[in-house]
Amino acid sequence: MTEDVTRHEYDVIVIGAGGAGLRAAIEASAMGVRTALICKSLLGKAHTVMAEGGIAAAMGNVWKEDNWKVHFRDTMRGGKLLNNWRMAQIHAQEAPERVLELEEWGALFDRTKDGLILQRDFGGHRYARLAHVGDRTGLEMIRTLQDHAVHKGIDVYMETTMYRLLREDGRISGAIGYDRQTGALVLFHAKAVILATGGVGKAWKITSNSWEYTGDGFGMALDVGADLIDMEMTQFHPTGMVAPTSVRGLLVTEGVRGDGGTLKNAAGERFMFKYVPEFFRAETADNEAEADRWYEDKRNNKRTPDLLPRDEVARAINAEVKAGRGSPHGGVFLDIASRRSPDYIRKRLPSMYHQFMQLAGVDITKTPMEVGPTLHYIMGGVRVDADSAQSTVPGLFAAGEVAAGLHGSNRLGGNSLSDLLVFGRRAGLYAAEYAKRLARMPLIDEAQVTKYTREITAPLERHLGENPYTLYAELQETMQDLVGIIRTESELQQAVVRIDALRARAGGAAVAGGRVYNPSWHLALDLQTLLLISEAVTRSALMREESRGGHTRDDFPKPDPAWGKKNVVTRKRAGQLELRTEPLPVIPEELQVLIGDDKPGAPVAVPVEAGKE
Amino acid sequence: MSGVKMRIFRGDANGGELVDYTVPLDPGMVVLDVVHRVQATQAPDLAVRWNCKAGKCGSCSAEINGAPALMCMTRMDTFKEGEDVTVTPAKTFPVIRDLVTDVSFNYEVAKTIPAFKPKPKEADGTRRMYQEDVERVQEFHKCIECFLCQDVCHVIRDHDENKKVFAGPRLFVRLAALEMHPLDTNDRTELIRQKYGLGFCNITKCCTDVCPEHIHITDNAIIPLKERVVTGTYDPIGWALRRMRGTPD
Repeated sequence: MTEDVTRHEYDVIVIGAGGAGLRAAIEASAMGVRTALICKSLLGKAHTVMAEGGIAAAMGNVWKEDNWKVHFRDTMRGGKLLNNWRMAQIHAQEAPERVLELEEWGALFDRTKDGLILQRDFGGHRYARLAHVGDRTGLEMIRTLQDHAVHKGIDVYMETTMYRLLREDGRISGAIGYDRQTGALVLFHAKAVILATGGVGKAWKITSNSWEYTGDGFGMALDVGADLIDMEMTQFHPTGMVAPTSVRGLLVTEGVRGDGGTLKNAAGERFMFKYVPEFFRAETADNEAEADRWYEDKRNNKRTPDLLPRDEVARAINAEVKAGRGSPHGGVFLDIASRRSPDYIRKRLPSMYHQFMQLAGVDITKTPMEVGPTLHYIMGGVRVDADSAQSTVPGLFAAGEVAAGLHGSNRLGGNSLSDLLVFGRRAGLYAAEYAKRLARMPLIDEAQVTKYTREITAPLERHLGENPYTLYAELQETMQDLVGIIRTESELQQAVVRIDALRARAGGAAVAGGRVYNPSWHLALDLQTLLLISEAVTRSALMREESRGGHTRDDFPKPDPAWGKKNVVTRKRAGQLELRTEPLPVIPEELQVLIGDDKPGAPVAVPVEAGKE
Repeated sequence: MSGVKMRIFRGDANGGELVDYTVPLDPGMVVLDVVHRVQATQAPDLAVRWNCKAGKCGSCSAEINGAPALMCMTRMDTFKEGEDVTVTPAKTFPVIRDLVTDVSFNYEVAKTIPAFKPKPKEADGTRRMYQEDVERVQEFHKCIECFLCQDVCHVIRDHDENKKVFAGPRLFVRLAALEMHPLDTNDRTELIRQKYGLGFCNITKCCTDVCPEHIHITDNAIIPLKERVVTGTYDPIGWALRRMRGTPD
């Protein structure tokens, strides 16, 4: 039986409607090209909505010394210099403009006393830099972009999952997938595709990520021959909830520490002072009194180690728990109750207050929270040109978490939302330009359509076989146990074997029910991508024989300068993943100078206003 | 902890029925966890919409024992030992399948609301707003678009035909956010009165009661909008000014 496929034609389609996808669609549409926005969920529900802390941008509203050079330096150092320097430069330079643009579109950030956008402290940022709205910044951002986009004539296809990209020769010609609500197949004929599909956190059991994070963009990109880089670089956010079990992994914003909260072990010790690495020693306080003074006086004090970059804090928590100094549920304590007034906590961190009150029965104005690491982000992803966000495949662009390079081996908190805005806009701009330059609409290869149609509908034919939910749970346990915060060769090899075995079983996963909104069908398809990307992560982790940022090897515990100059590149050729290393782009001398500035006597900040809240 | 009997609606636009599932419980579970457990172990095709499982995205709205609520924020230990828990889809919207409804009504109305239109910047090129001035609107911006307020509102819950003439509490919150925005210059008062049907609301506050973000929908959004409409429509000076400017009534 031939399957009916609904067809649409556009110049640019954007897959994913989080911050990057929305911003890309707005820009492409403003360039005057026919633009469609396609998302797996309802509009406005994407993972961006969960971002809490803020948008990093050197606007200098609180600390006038802040500027793009300092933001660039912090981003590079936070990423342990594995970053694409040009992306880090563009990001730091353009972020302030992107934040102000949101304000033009109706966003209402918290304010300084003189009426400007207030900025808060966050890990790894030298100055208070995050524009924010309490602890619900992502919601403000996505709703602002959503409301702006719906008035721009962009066609939105909600609850539509894209499965594969189409191409004519080596060039993108569209994408094919299915409408979740009806189960009908849908094809978008397009000159350019922008991937804005986020990450792959759902491959792990303990994660802060939503169901959408199944690595779709990585899978689609690999399939058309695009390069992924540094897939071993996964970020474990140090503070996820640990109890009760059903909410394990749920994010606790870094803003808790930015606003004065501190980490303690079971003995009540502020243990982070024991875990300051050499790399950050010169800029980090070595005693509690100085760390506490730093919040109000950055001129004369060094920053608290509670706000070291996330990779450092996550490893420290992991070590404390392993040493038997953890909290009752296997985490550590995050205490803001004893350090700030209940009014301040409720005003600055309202979501956290409600989250703990409602889900854990804990009043964070009275009791410390129990927290532990949770898989939060992947720094690796689609290799893109720094300026244009184009992948190695003509017509394929990528922005946001699905793209790689900006964050190196570890992303600083707050740099994600700014990444979405800066590179979402650039992807939209350059994809539109690409579409305009293209002499004709690329052709649809009907053989591809037939092949993918068959693949998409195949699981619906299988009524006998393994339960996809069981396979999914086994994959999550595998990645959690064997490809976690601390990795080692034997465990990674074991993971590769298990993923292989799961793949064989997933090919026969059974689906119950029909076409209409059928999650077992969707999961059977998602599993294939999850397994492929899990393999990419695991094999990249095996290849990188050093510890750096989000990748820690027990058997290679130190950073290796030679590895610090290499990207791990993953490709798919003839159905198999191929991995190799390639040299990192070389940073120009004038920017290298900015990063080297880590001496104790380095220029220090003067607050614009004393006693900010 | 022992098991619980869940009664979950299974069906589509053509109808359906409550199906019973007995599910073992773990401590701290929320309704969405239990629905997921049913899905993973007993009914793989059970349709449920969800995203964040953290009360931030507003996807998993349903009616739990008849009350509109987010499944991810309703703890199982709020029910009595041995009590059955019934989960049905939001009644105001057409069922697609099982617990998933077609909420496109809300998106369609949102498209028709005149966009944010800011006044010019300050002379120094900045936008100066003070915390006390933005706080009122920040409350409205907390809305996660779960549409529980739309679900509970009897104007559209019991009268589908009213959807043509009544936007519903969620959209009134959106309108209030725009109208009270310190920088906005658009005037939507007349639309609010006529097209969006604010007058149908007789302030029973059901929407406020179900809001998971604790937005004071009635007191802070709807009533001030009603006051604006009254002032705009029946104030003779306003009427005269509009006549002079040639703006429509």
